[in-house]
Order: sequence, then structure tokens, then C-alpha cells
Amino acid sequence: MGALGFMSYFLVSFSRGGAELLFAGVRNHQVTLPSQSQPWTMKQLLVWIRANLLKERPELFLQGDTVRPGILVLINDADWELMGELSYLLQDQDNVVFISTLHGG
Amino acid sequence: MCEIDENYGDILEKSTIPCVSQMCMKCKSNSAALIIRAGDAFCRGCFKEYFVHKFRAMLGKNRLIFPGEKVLLAVSGGPASSSMLAQVQQGLSQDTPKKLRFVPGIVYIDEGGATGQSMEERQMAIAQLKSIFQATGFPIHIVHLEQVFSLPGSVLEAASPTPTGTDGSYKGAVDQYIRKGSTGGAGPSEEPTQPRGHPVLDVQQHLAQLSTMEVPSSQHSQEMPSSQQSQALEMLFSSVRTLTAREDLLMTLRHHLIVHTARTQSYAKVMMGDSCSRLAVKLLGNIALGRGASLATDTGFSDPRHGDIMLVRPMRDYTSKEIAFYNRMFGVASVFIPSLDTKVSEKASIQHLTESFVTRLQTDFPSTVSTIYRTSEKLQTACGPQDRDAGLTARCLLCMCPLDTTSDKSSAFHATLVSEKLSQKLPSEAAPPKQGCLSSTGRQGKDCGALTDGCCSSDRTGRVPELRSLLCYSCRLTIKDTAAVDSLPPYILTEATRRMQRSQMREEIAEFLLEEDDG
Repeated sequence: MGALGFMSYFLVSFSRGGAELLFAGVRNHQVTLPSQSQPWTMKQLLVWIRANLLKERPELFLQGDTVRPGILVLINDADWELMGELSYLLQDQDNVVFISTLHGG
Repeated sequence: MCEIDENYGDILEKSTIPCVSQMCMKCKSNSAALIIRAGDAFCRGCFKEYFVHKFRAMLGKNRLIFPGEKVLLAVSGGPASSSMLAQVQQGLSQDTPKKLRFVPGIVYIDEGGATGQSMEERQMAIAQLKSIFQATGFPIHIVHLEQVFSLPGSVLEAASPTPTGTDGSYKGAVDQYIRKGSTGGAGPSEEPTQPRGHPVLDVQQHLAQLSTMEVPSSQHSQEMPSSQQSQALEMLFSSVRTLTAREDLLMTLRHHLIVHTARTQSYAKVMMGDSCSRLAVKLLGNIALGRGASLATDTGFSDPRHGDIMLVRPMRDYTSKEIAFYNRMFGVASVFIPSLDTKVSEKASIQHLTESFVTRLQTDFPSTVSTIYRTSEKLQTACGPQDRDAGLTARCLLCMCPLDTTSDKSSAFHATLVSEKLSQKLPSEAAPPKQGCLSSTGRQGKDCGALTDGCCSSDRTGRVPELRSLLCYSCRLTIKDTAAVDSLPPYILTEATRRMQRSQMREEIAEFLLEEDDG
């Protein structure tokens, strides 16, 4: 019996706030996650980002399981706190934005 | 008030299903888009109303900005100051009776010379910012940090404050302005109701322009600074040993440039874009830096230390999360410009460490920043007896705050001085010679003390004690970390010698002066 898997396309982007420095300056990433029996959670997405997109200084973006304090996450332009934060299940065509609030004023 | 009842875990449990399930707590009809503070969910429309209202309320509550006044907006390109710019632009363009009524201008300080950016990067950033600024239609002033080397010494003087009106005169001024019709853009000369001394402002403007060698011309200074100036700036900043001192020095120079621009372009007030989160970090950081005595002026809404130019912080009620969401949702453009503490390790400087401490605490205890903010609101400056009249000698040379080092022999500060002296191995200072200004060519080995003329080159050890007596505690620490004190901009050094000479003179004739409370 084959596992039920699906490919997902996401748009991961970093707003113009400095977080993009850690990703070689590329602000928008169209991401296709490999299929998996369970839907991807945000937690798994972060692990994936660390392994595949993050170019330098992981401790400036991630802290333990979650993003570093001071980095906001928007899922489809809504606060991820409303969606369950790390336990949110990603859906196809979701748009995830990371905004760093640690700079600028 | 206590938060025993709040259980943040509830919010997470409610929304494990991947859809936005909460309704806006204000209108209760739209689905929520973000959470502010500790659990208040807002939809887009209500959030925008809340954001805009807070800005107006902050300005209206404090009643410091009179109608028709010229106000300079200090924009760094970051999210908070860009948001402030957008709010001002929106507020001025509305046709309601509640519209904002002052005349804004924009200033941007290009700090690329100190943060190690190349000329091309700086020009690109300036071009990006100019396209944002030009869309607003306000006058733009772009100032390079290198222009610090051509500032006049009058920047460091706290000019006499312009008489600020009382509440009654504020209401009167607003009524009169409305009655005259919204002609908008009225220059200062057409406003007879303004409680400002015009002759004073004109004279200061002329003075400021007379003593500069190169007046930084607004709007036309498109040319980048000369490489000589950039090198001088680089030398100054590379001679500072710690990142903490470097950040402090950069902030001081930035403030001086902003105040100078405001003075020469006849702006009465300056709006800074410090957000609530920023100010909370600044409050704790300043205590760690030794600036506890000036906390109220550094983090309060209004900052009167420069006398005639008042610094105002209208964004101090917004957390950085609110600002980031507003900018994202409503398309406020901001430009990211790397600063001194971009990508440094956590413990690289006191300011950076404080920032990571506060933000980390904030995730576990969401009321951290607001608690610090409320505390800072309650701080007030205690007016010392030497506040108004003693003038120059009572204020720090660099940060313009009243000196906190003139305490008596039994204070903790004096104890630190004594232990510092004991632990150093410098030769003891000779008594400063009480002669007129001489060049120091024959005095290589000795400490020249106070009376060297500003134009002659003196040995470095002679300069450092000279500056220290003019500085507050934390500025002393900054200068102590600066190896090449003579690479400081000339206006600081000349002003320092001038003050030393004045205080020497005052000492000499002290016995002939009448005391304040005599007869």
C-alpha cells in the first residue's frame, strides 16, 4: 500500500529587514518540499530551511526548535501565533514570510 | 492588573487546526490577522485604525507641536522611522479637522563611513531612500557622517530654550490656525501666534552658518564626501577599542548632526523614530552604560537637552511587532542599511547584549517591554540647582546632559575614581601651569594639563584628562576606550579647550564673584 504523499509548493520570503543577509541576499524563495506521508509542519520546515537555504550564521535565525526571538513569522499574511506556531500544518501554495525586527528604527 | 488569570497556553491550544479561527476582538466580525500585546487579536481594518489613532493620540496628548511649526523627521530608513514618515504623510493629507498641522522636513544621516560600507553601497542606499522620500514631497536633507568634521562648536551649546506655550496657548494657537483657514505650508514668518522668539532663532541660524568652514548645503549636497574626510572618520572609529564605545560615539555624532541640521534649516523640533521595544532596550542598556542620571531625557517623549531644538519621540508607544506588521500589511517601504552591530556575536557590545536579553525575555513574558515602558514613563528629571544659570560648565561636552560627576567626596563615584588612580601606573599629574596659552613644543615629557591652545599639537596624554573633567560618567568611559582622542572632530576639541579656559578663568576670579544668594 503506497503512502499518501504530496508535493507542496511554498513561497518563503524574507522582508527587507536584514534577515535576507543570512540567505545570500535572496529575498524570495520558491520552495518545493519533498513529499512525505504526513503534512509538513512549521517545525519541519524550519529544519529544512536550516539545511537547505540558510547560508551562514544559523544562530542568528534559529534558536533551538524555533526562530530566534525578534523574528516574526507570517503565514499567508497572518500572524503565526494565530495558527499554532510550530505545530501549524503547511498547505499547498502557502506563503511564509520572515521579518526581522532586530534592526532599524 | 496581575496576570495570574492569563494563560497563554490557551491560545495555542485553540488554534492547532491550520486556519485562522479567532475573530477580531474589536469588531468581532472579521477574522483576526495578528496578535498584539498578550493575546489581543485584531483584524486588518481594526489594526490600522488602532495604529493610526495611537500616533495622533501621542501627539495630541503631549501638545508640544504647535500648528505651523517646522518639524524635522529623522529617518534612518529602518521600519520604525519609515512608519513614522508614512504616518506623518497620511496625517497631513487628510481633510478632517483632526489633521496634523505642522510642516515637516526629512533628514537622513549616511553613516556608511563608520559602518564600513563602500561608496557604491552608500550611493545605492541613498538613491533608494531618495525615491521613497521624494514621493512624500517634503524637503529632504541628506547629511553624511563625514560632515562632522566641519561642524561649528556652537552645536555643543544648549541654546536658551524657546518659550513653550502652556495648554491654554496651545488651544488658542490651534483655534487661530483653524480660523485662518488651512493654507498649509505657512512659513514661520507668517505665524504671529507662535510662541517663539524669532530674533533669537534668526541669530542662531546666522551664527551657525557663520562659524562653519563648509556649510553642509541641504538638498544640493549630492556629492559624496571627500576621501580625506572618509579616512579621518575611519581613523576615528578604528581607534575605538570596544564596540560599545563605538556605538555610543556614533550615536552622539549622529545626534549632533541632526541638531545642527535642524538649527541651520530653522526647524524647531525633531522627531525621532524610536519604538517602544527600542526604548526599553535603551533604558536597560543605558543603565549598564552608566547613563542612569539621564534616563528620563534619553527615553522620554520629549528631550529638551539641546535647548532650542526639542527632540520628540512619537513612536515610543509602538512595539516593533506592531510596526513590522503595519509596514508589511499596508505597504510602507523601508530600506535595510547595515549598522555597526549587524551580524555580530551576541556579547559584542553592551547594547547588543541588552537587546538580545530583552527580546528573549519578551518571548516568554510578553509584558516585559510594556512594563519597562511604563516604568520609563514615570521617570522625570530632577532639576538640579545649577540647571539654568551655570550654563556650559554644568553640561557634558558630548551628550549635553547635566553632569553627574560633580558629587561630593563620599560618593560611590569618587570611590571609583580613587581606586582607578591607585591601580594605574601613570606618572602623577603636575599642577596645571597657570600661564597663558603657549605652544607645547618644549613640554614633551610632562602633562601639559589644561592650557594648551587648540591649534597646537599636544601630546595625547595631555588631552585625555582635559576632556574627562568635561564629560559625564558614561562619556568618560567612551573616551577612555578611544585611543586617538585627537582624531575626534575639531569642533569637540576646540569646544573642550574653550570650556577649560573658561573654567580656569572662573577659578582665578572666583573670589571676586558675587555668589548667587548674596544680597
